[in-house]
Amino acid sequence: MTDYEIANPELAACEVHGITRASFVLRGALATGALYGTASVAPFVAQALAETGGGDAEILNFALTLEYLEADFYTVKGKQVGLSGQAKAYATQFAAEESEHVTALTSAIKQLGGKPVAKPAFVFPATDERSFLALASVLENTGVGAYNSAAPSLQSKAVLASAGAIVQIEARHAAAIDLLIGTSPTPDQDFDRPLTKAEVLAKAGPLIKA
Amino acid sequence: MPSPPSEEVAPRPAGIVERLVRDDVDRKRFLKLAGSTGAASFGAFALAACGNSNKAASSTATSASTSTASSSDATGDLAILNYALTLEYLESEFYGKVVSAGLFSGKVGALIKDFGNQEMTHVEALKGAVEKLGGTPVAKPEGKFPISSAGQVAQLAYTVENLGASAYLGQAANIKNPEVLASALAIHTVEARHAATLGTLIKKPVTPDGAFATPADMSTVLAAVKPFLA
Repeated sequence: MTDYEIANPELAACEVHGITRASFVLRGALATGALYGTASVAPFVAQALAETGGGDAEILNFALTLEYLEADFYTVKGKQVGLSGQAKAYATQFAAEESEHVTALTSAIKQLGGKPVAKPAFVFPATDERSFLALASVLENTGVGAYNSAAPSLQSKAVLASAGAIVQIEARHAAAIDLLIGTSPTPDQDFDRPLTKAEVLAKAGPLIKA
Repeated sequence: MPSPPSEEVAPRPAGIVERLVRDDVDRKRFLKLAGSTGAASFGAFALAACGNSNKAASSTATSASTSTASSSDATGDLAILNYALTLEYLESEFYGKVVSAGLFSGKVGALIKDFGNQEMTHVEALKGAVEKLGGTPVAKPEGKFPISSAGQVAQLAYTVENLGASAYLGQAANIKNPEVLASALAIHTVEARHAATLGTLIKKPVTPDGAFATPADMSTVLAAVKPFLA
């Protein structure tokens, strides 16, 4: 426990924007199985639990899954729908950057003694540039909310610094995409709201195949 | 009843205070900026408090924060919050002057106004956070910004926002209080969004550091903003 938690034990169970500080783990979400609308998500969850080492490694594996998702989206889906101009330029650039995130997180998890999750198979409901960019906005903004909610639970300050370095990039991606599609680059205005695990899974879960 | 998280029970973090003391010019200016009175009321704070939200102002709240670095205002999270507050004050004033100059219109003008409003909200939130921790918010510094053309201003804003984002990133690992950390992270990514937006306006990279944002430490940032302090 941190000094903070020792001094304030009631805070161990309290919430910050819907996330219980003590339980940013998939285990808690599993207890309320109704959170997962589709059976295709449950196997992924079980797999992630089985493979992760708990603690920071577990959190990073959740992040790694999102990064795999984004990298795949920009690379594979981007080619599939056929992009042009700025959309194509962003997809190329962001694909490379998300891939670097995958590499970094994989390495970090191993350093923590954990086992990086295997790359899942994804299905992206986007058929043209417009729907592609709309989904890109969802993914990037969800990534920001996921990292921002998970980060305070990280035990290692070094890992926190890495997560911070990554989430800043997701926010930049999100803003760029949002501007391109004509929506606000600051959809949450003054503060980027941390998302609950349920909220993240509601966005990302359906994209992950069993 | 557990005592509120107060800076004097948390181990003093290495780095920030030492840096402030070492870099005496910056320290003197930083402490000079601190006001001598703190409001007793709690300002709006972005995140809902856990448990007892009315943690009384800690008895360590000092009236004269221009004392040595050992005062609670100059330690740990309070120092970080006041540092962030200084930066937000500057950003807020900068955007205010830019809006007054009427250099932007249409969609871009609306974005600039939005960003200025967001910085103002950051100011209020950080003031509230400092007070909530029993500290004294720094006084609003007097800023001076070159404002000549839309292009020049957009470039300056890009520089300032990138600096702000790197400043928050540079402090994330130093923050002790998880609520403070959560709010710092929530602001950090908004500054990054601002930077990326301005990048698109002036055809500069939305990710100037590549795949991983670079953190900047306090002395680097304070040195960089010195030209903007009147």
